[in-house]
Amino acid sequence: MEADRVLGGAAGPLDERSKQLRRLIVRGLAGGGRGHIGSSLSLVEILRVLYDDVLRFRPGEPGWPARDRMILSKGHGCLALYALLADKGFIPIETLDSFCRRDSILGGHPEAGKIPGVEASTGALGHGLSIGVGMALAARMQLRDSRVFVVLGDGEIDEGSVWEAAMCAGKHRLSHLTAIVDYNKIQSAGPTREIQDLEPLLDKWRAFNFAATEIDGHDVEGLRALFHRLPLADDRPTAIICHTVKGKGIGFAEHDPNWHHKAKIPPDLVARLTAALE
Amino acid sequence: MRNTCLNMVHELARRDPRPVFIGSDLSPGLLDAMKAEMPERYYMEGIAEANVVGMAAGLAMDGYMPYVNTIATFLTRRCYEQVAVDLCLHDLPVRLVANGGGLVYAPLGPTHLAIEDIAIMRALPNMTVVAVSDAPEMIRFMEQTLDWPKPIYIRMGKGGDPVVSRAELGFRIGKAIPMRNARGKGGVALMATGVMTANCLAAAELLARDGIDASVLHVHTVKPLDAEAVLEHARPARLVVTVEEGIAIGGFGSAVTDLLVEQLGRAMPAMLRLALPDAFPQKYGVQNDHFEVFGLTPPQIAASAQQALARDEGFA
Repeated sequence: MEADRVLGGAAGPLDERSKQLRRLIVRGLAGGGRGHIGSSLSLVEILRVLYDDVLRFRPGEPGWPARDRMILSKGHGCLALYALLADKGFIPIETLDSFCRRDSILGGHPEAGKIPGVEASTGALGHGLSIGVGMALAARMQLRDSRVFVVLGDGEIDEGSVWEAAMCAGKHRLSHLTAIVDYNKIQSAGPTREIQDLEPLLDKWRAFNFAATEIDGHDVEGLRALFHRLPLADDRPTAIICHTVKGKGIGFAEHDPNWHHKAKIPPDLVARLTAALE
Repeated sequence: MRNTCLNMVHELARRDPRPVFIGSDLSPGLLDAMKAEMPERYYMEGIAEANVVGMAAGLAMDGYMPYVNTIATFLTRRCYEQVAVDLCLHDLPVRLVANGGGLVYAPLGPTHLAIEDIAIMRALPNMTVVAVSDAPEMIRFMEQTLDWPKPIYIRMGKGGDPVVSRAELGFRIGKAIPMRNARGKGGVALMATGVMTANCLAAAELLARDGIDASVLHVHTVKPLDAEAVLEHARPARLVVTVEEGIAIGGFGSAVTDLLVEQLGRAMPAMLRLALPDAFPQKYGVQNDHFEVFGLTPPQIAASAQQALARDEGFA
């Protein structure tokens, strides 16, 4: 796994913006006393660059027809999305404190219709890319220049439906559709290499008629430059393999499958998570 | 019924900008006229039910009304999670046009028989489940799909099904149609969905010849169930018989029974549910052969009703 060492989080220390977003994630974890920690932390830079620099949206008008669509297909990483939605003003920051509570709009997986800015209810894996294909076809039929981004987990793409959707996206030459894989290389049970090896992953996407490339998923400058080059080809969808680090930013949680999800996050752990982000 | 339904998709697409057709590897030439007239609203995709249902959801989220068509078993079992999450959880106006509901594909064996489709589709929140009786009724139903905001499972018959529906009785989604009224109290209330309504009408005739008063209620919409009509027909009856081309567990008869138990309590009439047993069908042949195997032909329905009446008398 040479690519791991070269690409996975090699871009240097996190800047203040990345730490600030992670503090919002910890705020959600503290509010709910639980959550998918590692799966959210690997996603932060991908979503940060999308929301800061790439996506066209209006927080006050989440249904604005001309917006770009972003589907978090790996819905369990929702705390990272909630952090961005709070940061951008789709929801009040304080809403994060209600994460997973009985009457909250913020569940352990994101729900469209409840949370402004969430395009599709996800959580069951392998659904987002097909929905994205439908949205991309709708944009083409309506002559809208909306782009569609679908963020997938690496474990998620074990699901066969992802590859059904990939074949279909390739067939329809949906150049305004981009699939982004958060390749942190650890799924729930352990390393993807042991549970269900995905390699050769770039070749797979290329074989499904995507223009595919890979990048360090924590390299903010690199992600920005790459997203601004989209589409990578005018006649096919794009796949971006983001090499990331599960638990990125919390030293003691990085690369450890035990931090995929915690059903109990007591106050002393919140304090440790917070301290790790100082 | 099938051709009528698909031609209606084309017709509706001419009238309204929302309908889109999505097939999953169907017959060559299917809906060619629509494809020629509006190619951008005609999709023939691969054998990938999970994907086409998700894709339909994405289209519906941006304003379209997809009619997704393939064989009933594959449109229900194969992509149940996509139907539940992508369509029902989001409550989207996607129409699942299911070829060969029930025992239509009898010669092709149990992999192709949609025997539990009604049961599993009606279990999903927000889903509407419709099984019309014949082609003219399919037209009246399809007209209304443009105004129905929720997902619909459309169970299709074989084609060439005997026409028993009557235009003058009208059609509203969710509103059962009394096809034959009882002359008085204490008779048999036959209730059916899909093509079984035709068999029930014929069975009612046979019962009448034997001096037994029978009503027939055509419950084309299994969900939402027309509670008012079911109760109205059940209350005066001595025996309620539900007839369906599918397994009893969770099916149409189960829906009727649930309602009657909850609403009538000790005033419940005797119940007889004619349906398929809890087993995969073992035979081939044609749909009508299976009706006979499972006791769903008109003489069998009439005989079963008579036996149930006799049994009920024995208890009385």
